[in-house]
Amino acid sequence: MGADYLGGQFTASCLKVGTSSFADFLAASAPELLPGAGAAGPGAKPAAGPGAGGQRGADLPHGTTIVAADFGGGVIMAGDRRSTAGNMIAQRDIEKVFRSDDFSCVGIAGVAGIGLELVRLFQLELEHYEKIEGRTLSLEGKANRLAAFVRGNLGGALQGLVVVPLFAGFDEETGKGRIFSYDVAGGRYEERNYHSIGSGSVFARGSLKKLYTEGMAEADAITACMHALYDAADDDSATGGPDLTRRIYPVVAVVTEDGFRRLTDDEVGEYAQAIVAERMQSPGGPIAPLRQATT
Amino acid sequence: MPFYVSPEQAMKDKADYARKGIARGRNSVVVTYDEGILFVAPNPSSALHKVSEIYDRIAFAAVGRYNEYENLRVAGVRFADTRGYQYAREDVTARGLANWYAQVLGSIFTESNKPYEVELVVAEVGDAQDEDQMYRITFDGSVADEHGFVAMGGQAEQVAVVLKERYATGMSIDAALGAAIAALSSQGNGEGGINATQLEVAVLARGRAHRTFRRIRGARLEELLTQARSGGGKAKAAKGTEGTGGAADDTAAEPSPGDPTAP
Repeated sequence: MGADYLGGQFTASCLKVGTSSFADFLAASAPELLPGAGAAGPGAKPAAGPGAGGQRGADLPHGTTIVAADFGGGVIMAGDRRSTAGNMIAQRDIEKVFRSDDFSCVGIAGVAGIGLELVRLFQLELEHYEKIEGRTLSLEGKANRLAAFVRGNLGGALQGLVVVPLFAGFDEETGKGRIFSYDVAGGRYEERNYHSIGSGSVFARGSLKKLYTEGMAEADAITACMHALYDAADDDSATGGPDLTRRIYPVVAVVTEDGFRRLTDDEVGEYAQAIVAERMQSPGGPIAPLRQATT
Repeated sequence: MPFYVSPEQAMKDKADYARKGIARGRNSVVVTYDEGILFVAPNPSSALHKVSEIYDRIAFAAVGRYNEYENLRVAGVRFADTRGYQYAREDVTARGLANWYAQVLGSIFTESNKPYEVELVVAEVGDAQDEDQMYRITFDGSVADEHGFVAMGGQAEQVAVVLKERYATGMSIDAALGAAIAALSSQGNGEGGINATQLEVAVLARGRAHRTFRRIRGARLEELLTQARSGGGKAKAAKGTEGTGGAADDTAAEPSPGDPTAP
């Protein structure tokens, strides 16, 4: 190990006519660099029984809740900042929502170490394709590549090192925001309107269901996502709420036809403060009308 | 092989062969300017590029046989991306890449019957103009560390003479483009023959974060060409005001993928 990849063999494979995929290139030329090569590679021992593997990664830092929702001009993705190792808070300001390229973003829930590596490889995969081919992948193509990467971690997932991403982007062909979720086997599911993943996802999704309306404005969609994260933090110990004292707020990404934009801490801070102030009055958040207004 | 050929003769034949191949194509130039590095290549095709992005701050320009330099370009992207993935993005440098290309071209030249008929420039934009790096790598694997400007191709020397006359440190992008076009058209490319559709122009924009490579084409290129022709690098004082707008101008360039809106 520690090879510098200046060797003749590596050089020869660089010069070979072949794939535009960076992951495929690495698999053929330097497989030891791929994530999972050491821990859960083909040679790793499978978990002893159904329950046995489940605990394996329990004391590793885990990322928790990510929400995404589309709106009139694109799509929003937001993630809380907590990672937990067992019942400990591992980090208060971890980032789990990332720019994957100009028109897409990806969030992760599960074992942070594996998730972060997955994101790094995915970002590079998209950039590499773009540089080699001179054009970007379609949104569908990006979502499929990510599915293959998630499937690549299946061995690890079966041993308890579970990580799943949430992928969202602006589809330049249709002019709409789209959201894709994944299961550990690499199943890829396009979600309608909104979705959430992670330990607090149940609460976040319930919250979004009540707050989301189709074609809402960007600021409203951000507010809805922030409320959803607040509700997740309210009921899930592994999800962190907005930390006003330390000024640590959720990461909020907006992808529109203008591209990816991550809100600054100050911008998110304003939303967070408004939401906390509102919750001082109504701890459960905005109250939905019980009956549809009839005229 | 039935007859004895001395190594000297064999090398000379290969070098002549490569030089002839390169001389058949057109020349290209790379010029540094106040806000980046400018690449100019006469190229009627808008799809088959002679100038390309390799990494965040590194670009590649080539002349010669398309299939050969395209192969080298792809290899360079793979090399750089692997490096950056293995270590960190800052650890990918033009110097490392140029050395690697030199090794590759050198061993192809000595070991195979047919040398590559290509000449490359690997350039990296620095934080300041005197930190810009440019390496010219020839078919036999020799590397030259260049400063300010580089010319490539069969008539590189003559092109470089014109460039040297026109080049000044800290010139603006339109002055640099003016110099590049003057140099290229001095060698039978013909001033009249050079218009926006026949030029491939790209920059590594110093002020940008993350990926700095941008292609300049269409209306933006026309506009720059007009400025370059009217100013032509004469009115340096007038360029001062132009220069401050440079950063904004670059954002108006082709919004190529990889916009540095990353966190």
